[in-house]
Amino acid sequence: MGSDQSLCVVRERSLAVVVSGLPSDAHTWSLVYLQLVLEELGHDVTNMGACVPGQELVARCRAARPDLIVLSSVNGHGFRDGLRVVASLRESPELIATPVVIGGQLDTVGGDPTMASRLLAAGFDRVFSEGAALSEFRSFVAGLTAPAARLVGA
Amino acid sequence: MRPATSTGSLGDLVARRQAEGKLVVQPRMGFADPARMRAGLVATKYARACTVGTITLDSYTRVGDHASVLAALRCGDDLNGYPIVGHSAATTRSVVRGVLDHDFPVQVRHGSADPRAIVTAMLAAGLDATEGGPVSYCLPYSRTPLARAIEHWRESCELLAAARAPGREPHLETFGGCMMGQLCPPALLVALSLLEGLFFARHGLRSISFSYAQQTNADQDTEAVTALRRLAGELLPHVKSHIVIYSYMGVYPRTAPGALRLLEESARLAVVTGSARLIVKTSAEAFRIPTLEENVFALESAARAAAEQRGPRPGEGADTGIYAQAQALVGAVLELGGDLGRALRTAFARGYLDVPYCLHPDNAGRTRAYLDPVGRLQWQRIGSLPIRHAVELPGAARMTSAELMDSLSFVQNKFDHGALAWSRPESSRVNREREPQ
Repeated sequence: MGSDQSLCVVRERSLAVVVSGLPSDAHTWSLVYLQLVLEELGHDVTNMGACVPGQELVARCRAARPDLIVLSSVNGHGFRDGLRVVASLRESPELIATPVVIGGQLDTVGGDPTMASRLLAAGFDRVFSEGAALSEFRSFVAGLTAPAARLVGA
Repeated sequence: MRPATSTGSLGDLVARRQAEGKLVVQPRMGFADPARMRAGLVATKYARACTVGTITLDSYTRVGDHASVLAALRCGDDLNGYPIVGHSAATTRSVVRGVLDHDFPVQVRHGSADPRAIVTAMLAAGLDATEGGPVSYCLPYSRTPLARAIEHWRESCELLAAARAPGREPHLETFGGCMMGQLCPPALLVALSLLEGLFFARHGLRSISFSYAQQTNADQDTEAVTALRRLAGELLPHVKSHIVIYSYMGVYPRTAPGALRLLEESARLAVVTGSARLIVKTSAEAFRIPTLEENVFALESAARAAAEQRGPRPGEGADTGIYAQAQALVGAVLELGGDLGRALRTAFARGYLDVPYCLHPDNAGRTRAYLDPVGRLQWQRIGSLPIRHAVELPGAARMTSAELMDSLSFVQNKFDHGALAWSRPESSRVNREREPQ
């Protein structure tokens, strides 16, 4: 049932998505997985891979003007790196309103409760904590293809 | 071998322990704070097991972002490892003083595509054992062009080899046998481990270990490690070497009994294959960076499982072609010319080496692997790998995200499920006893 709905949405609009790891994070599997999930929803994915320097991510996103930027990190530096990366993304006028989300295992202790609000304040549109279900991510993405979101993206 | 003249060379210590019939166990362990790092080494040394110490570096140091290290140290922010370049040589010397000795070498573990500054810092602090490789620490762990990583690693090998002195034999371990942590077919792990070992030897190292990470099926792993041993003997007969097994590096069981059984299985794999050293994982692995106590528990559990396992058992088990595939992969690279660094670059450019699911720009990305129903890692697509004669391919189905997740979680599910099944009789007994009320 859910897949039928998402197929309808896909026919309406497929998103250009940049999936990327953070500068110091070498983990790849979550990036491969997110790419497959997004492709199955009908979206076009550019997968930057692991250990992407901040400037390289910004340069690629400024050039590609994606509809969504998905950052994933599991090495414990995601909070620190994420704050810096989102700041430099938001410094670019082209990317000031681009939806940017982050998820994974973002600190070394396993879930600082203030982390999500600080990441949101720094410019992320959504933070998917370690225990977040994939359905939360899917419905966030589906929300971007809805007509209201299209105006923001355009 | 004359232990009395050794000053803690990792290769010598492991050889001595192997001659005594004991498996050396080693943690993954790194703390930013020098005092905590030292406490970790002390706890490792005095664990009830034959151990060597580990200093795992933080990931800013790994990518050469020393400014972020210094900023974090200034603010008192935690790092995910010990910043050996950010701390002075004197600080690192004080961390290992009185702990490092000829019975307790310490290995520096880092994951860097450019380890020159790391090697310089560790040698300055009196440490001479480390690990990695020009391929295995470039493709999955950086965006550094492979050609540049090969140059960095050549220089790093030369730095290490130049530190050789009477009683001091620098040791380098390949990480190629652990490529991607999971879903890399064993023959390619074996080939990459061997090629990196050959690269180290060509650039001056005389004491080398070949890694192999436990995968998804114990019989397949046994065959793979046996092939690795045999090929290491054939390709590098004059180098002092041993094999190091890594406890599973993929998605880890979430239950304590499941994690323990997986760790014990890796210890048994090490023993039956005649491997000399084991890098352990802890039951905390699925959640966070482990504590010191969790590491000591893992070391002692692995040592106990190893001591209970009789071995090695050469010649057992079926030959499914891992030796032939690995030999073909290594042979194809060596045929590309005498400069192994250039041969590795050409091999990746032509897809003779091609790591499944690896997103690095220098990896062709035309191979895929999958898990068969009994949990053996198999090739789904081989791209231009020169192994067509030694492999049977399935139909050309593409892996979905759900299948990928199932494959990545196969070991977690298998061992956690076992743990739950194991505890079920207990709970059903309790329920039965309650029923009469």
